[in-house]
Parts: sequence; structure tokens; C-alpha cells
Amino acid sequence: MSGDHHHPHGDHAHDHDPHAPVSEVHGVSAESALLERALRELLIEKNVFTADDLRRQIELTESRTPELGAKVVARAWADPQYKAQLLADAKPAIENLLGIDLNLTPELTVVENTAARHHVICCTLCSCYPRAVLGIPPAWYKSPEYRARVVREPRQVLAEFGTVLPDDVEIRVVDSTADMRYMVLPLRPRYTEHLSEQELVALITRDSMIGVSVLTDSQR
Amino acid sequence: MTRAVHDLGGQPAGPIELAEHERTFFDQRVDAMMRILAHPEHGYYTVDAMRRAIESLSGDQYFELGYYERWVRAIRQLVIEKRLISEDELNRKLTALKMARRLA
Repeated sequence: MSGDHHHPHGDHAHDHDPHAPVSEVHGVSAESALLERALRELLIEKNVFTADDLRRQIELTESRTPELGAKVVARAWADPQYKAQLLADAKPAIENLLGIDLNLTPELTVVENTAARHHVICCTLCSCYPRAVLGIPPAWYKSPEYRARVVREPRQVLAEFGTVLPDDVEIRVVDSTADMRYMVLPLRPRYTEHLSEQELVALITRDSMIGVSVLTDSQR
Repeated sequence: MTRAVHDLGGQPAGPIELAEHERTFFDQRVDAMMRILAHPEHGYYTVDAMRRAIESLSGDQYFELGYYERWVRAIRQLVIEKRLISEDELNRKLTALKMARRLA
């Protein structure tokens, strides 16, 4: 492999050492950058796609942000009937609310956090994530460390995110696949009854919809 | 039984680095290329083919490469398999780009 790659933590998990801790490098080698450029230029020259197609695809991807998910959550808190629809069949409920087309999106299930049960999502095999409503996953979500550990020691992992749940709260880890994505419907913070839906949206964080954090109660 | 390289659930691992990473143009372009090529309307390849290409990287490659570096290698493998471009064409292009960089 390219010589300018070095690993920040020392050891890698190599083929010959399956017991080494899993981790990966950050940053892009000159070799990878060159390969990206060569492929892009050739595919454009051959009219597989145009430079404009590429730009529009990037714009579409960047337009998907956690605010979309937050709108869905706020509506579900405000409207029990909507919540029931969302939990029963998420895609049409989201499409109708946001006016976006999820036809090409894999199946999507919304899992509800309650006082007794907390959900956290992950993808141990790769990086499956509800991109349509939360955008691109954060780097840690795709990291070998998160993927490896969250299914074995979720309480410890949540604590690293500053989330300490009471022992009697069950934690359910939901492992996504290429065909099924999950989003968490976080528990509504207390003392927010007087807030409008728009004000609620502003309170809802990406991490609460992944399930690595819970939302803080408002001032009474 | 040997575990596949990408099958990380439950493996030992260190602390999670929580820093948010700014997406680079490289990340954005690779992501967009993959999405366009895997779009059902074009049918160049499927997301499952993409996963197969990523998951068949060796353990060394899988962990030495960054996330989108794995993707760009998977794209290379698939566009050659699907004969969108040939290996020769790609090698000529890479050589030309290296030459241009040296001259610049």
C-alpha cells in the first residue's frame, strides 16, 4: 500500500492478527485522490454521467440533514395519530409530511424510546444509516470502534457519549442492514408542552435520533 | 470459522473518536459517483455489488484505507467488471495524470 499512510494508533487489525483491536486511518492518500480523479474524468468522457449530474447528486445529498428527521419527531410528539402511522409504516408517513420521495430508499423503521426502553442504532457490517432523514452519517458511526463495541457494551459506549441511563432502563441496539434502516424517535423532554412544533424541532438533535444521546428536559 | 473482514460486531476495539469530520470534496465526489452508478435508473451496478466489492478487500486494505478510499477502490473494480472502462484505459489515464502533475 502507499507509503505515506501511517496509522495514528499504531496497530491495525491485519489478516494475520485477528485479535488486534479494530481501527482505521483517516485522511486520503495521493494514490486514492488520483484514482478518484481518473475514474471521474473517464466516466465523464464516456458520458456515463456528466459533471453536472455529479454536482446535482452532491447537492441532493447535502440537502438531506437531521432537520428533516427532527420535523418528523416533532410532529410525532405533537400528533398521536401521526405517531401511530409513523411507527406502523414510516416511509409513507415521512413522505407525506416532508414532501420528499423515498421510493429509492431502503425500508425504514422508526423505533420509539420510552421511559423503560432506549434504542440505539448502528450498522456493524458497514455504514447503513437513515440518510434520507438524517443526512450523511457522522464519522464515528462508520468507525470500526463504534461498529464493534456498541452491540457488545452499549451502556459503556453511551457513557462515552455522555449518556448515562438508569440501570432499569432496557437498552436495545438495532443493527441496520443494506435493506432496512432505523431511526430513533427520542423521548420528548419534560416541560415542553407549551412549545410549538417549530420550537420542538430546534431542540431535537441528530444524536438523539441515532440514540447515543437523550434530550435534556427544558426549564420548568 | 473465519469471520469476514467487515463483520465487526462484538470485536475488541478501543475508544470511539467522537470528533466530527468535515466532508472533503474527495468524500463528496466518491459518494456521488457511487450513488449515480448504483441508481436503479441507470442499472450500472447494485448496492449489493458495491458491498461485495468493499467486503472482498483484504483485511490489510480494509483497515489501512479510509472509508471513501475503500469506496473508490470498489468503484474501480465494478466499472471495470461492468466494462464501463477498461483496465488499460484506466492505467493510461493514471499515467497521464501523474505526468501532468510532475510537469505542473
